[in-house]
Amino acid sequence: MDVPLGEIWEIAWRSLRIAGAATFLAALFGLPLGVWLGARPRRGGGSARVVLYAAMGLPPVVVGLFFYLLLSRSGPLGKSGLLFTQTAMVMAEAVLAFPMIAGFTAAGVRARAANVRRLVRGLGGSEKQVLTTLLWESRRPIVAALAAGFGSAISEVGAATITGGDIRHHTRVLTTAVVLETRKGELRSALMLGLVLLGLTLLVTAVLVVWGERE
Amino acid sequence: MKKLLALFWLFALAFAAGSMRLATTTSVNDSGLLEAILPQFTVESGIEVEVIAVGTGQALAIAGRGDVDAVLVHAPDLEAKFLREGKGVDHACLAYNNFVIAGPAADPAGVAQAADALDAMRRIYRSGALFISRGDKSGTYHRERSLWRAAKLVPDGRPWYLESGSGMGSTLTLAAEKRAYTLTDLGTFLFMKDKIAIVDLYNRPEPLMLNQYSYMVVNPKRFQGLRSSAAYRLRSYLLRDDVQQAIDDYMKEKFGQSLFHALHGKCLMEVKP
Repeated sequence: MDVPLGEIWEIAWRSLRIAGAATFLAALFGLPLGVWLGARPRRGGGSARVVLYAAMGLPPVVVGLFFYLLLSRSGPLGKSGLLFTQTAMVMAEAVLAFPMIAGFTAAGVRARAANVRRLVRGLGGSEKQVLTTLLWESRRPIVAALAAGFGSAISEVGAATITGGDIRHHTRVLTTAVVLETRKGELRSALMLGLVLLGLTLLVTAVLVVWGERE
Repeated sequence: MKKLLALFWLFALAFAAGSMRLATTTSVNDSGLLEAILPQFTVESGIEVEVIAVGTGQALAIAGRGDVDAVLVHAPDLEAKFLREGKGVDHACLAYNNFVIAGPAADPAGVAQAADALDAMRRIYRSGALFISRGDKSGTYHRERSLWRAAKLVPDGRPWYLESGSGMGSTLTLAAEKRAYTLTDLGTFLFMKDKIAIVDLYNRPEPLMLNQYSYMVVNPKRFQGLRSSAAYRLRSYLLRDDVQQAIDDYMKEKFGQSLFHALHGKCLMEVKP
């Protein structure tokens, strides 16, 4: 095996941290936006949803290129020295996870908003109680939104390569390592890394689902 | 566990003393050469070298924007241009090997019988056998285009001329799968040859096929925040006799030949700014 086991865990741990940070960052902005779009009592917001749903298909390489140009020493934020760092990767992946989280949250909340509002208001509840009930009733789609966001962040390779540079012990993550090992013809290592990636995604999603769907 | 701890300690040390970034070609990185010689540099200087492995064209582009501190590349005329534009300074020739035309063992174009490299290209052109070009701006692609030009042939648009757009290892794999010819550096070829069904059909150290690797420091005057003193220390280290010997010896036993021949700073192919 070309990649020692210790290094595989090192890379997996780094992938988890970067994708986790990106998901957190994306959720910080994406969840409130999604809830707001989904829970608004009046109709409308259609164009916002169109933009959001379309953004779910944002090409990672284009997002990566954008951050490359932004963070390059020849770019507007060049002084930050952030290109080819994990921070740059987190930023790019957060942008990719954001529409997933906001979009799925908006869709899930919206599907329940009218019924919950009618029920809570009918029982004499306030608009604030409508929102808290709605949030609780929407916990399953919100978990799905977080899982989708995390999945898009951890499985992404184009933006990770462009903004991180696949530097060993620094910015090498599971996806970029798979590309490297495949390029080298080390298919066993590539497969191993790929399996770890699948396992990790499965594990995190399982944790999210168990945590989010508890009664 | 002990090994992991030692490794961790090494990182901590390197982090404390500083780091630098080197953009290099996939052929140097994927062959493991850098991983064989850089740890010693880190131990001696406390400087950790962060390696970004891309094609020569991309490496020079990244360096031209000030995003790395030094480059290790293999395209003399692109290097000359880089120096001429004032983007790089203190060019040093480190090592060389040769380019190889690899292809299917059946060799339908008869490349093995070619009189010289240009004749080999002509044979491929005439036979209509598949040829896979890197199609990127790598040093190998650059050489391939010079060979076609020198042979006065234009392969573009021919149905047998395919562009892979990917690294050397991937391109060799693609060529093996498609039973096609391709131009490769010797290092990557030796590393891949046991993993895929492809053989070296034209492997002669003649001037046209010479593959020279050089180091350049990104011009410290052009950008703020470059770690140029580290880049210069690495330059001196790479040119040191014992390190040059280590480059020469790298994988010599495994392959029965040097993967990279030391140049001790003396260029075989002129790099004139």
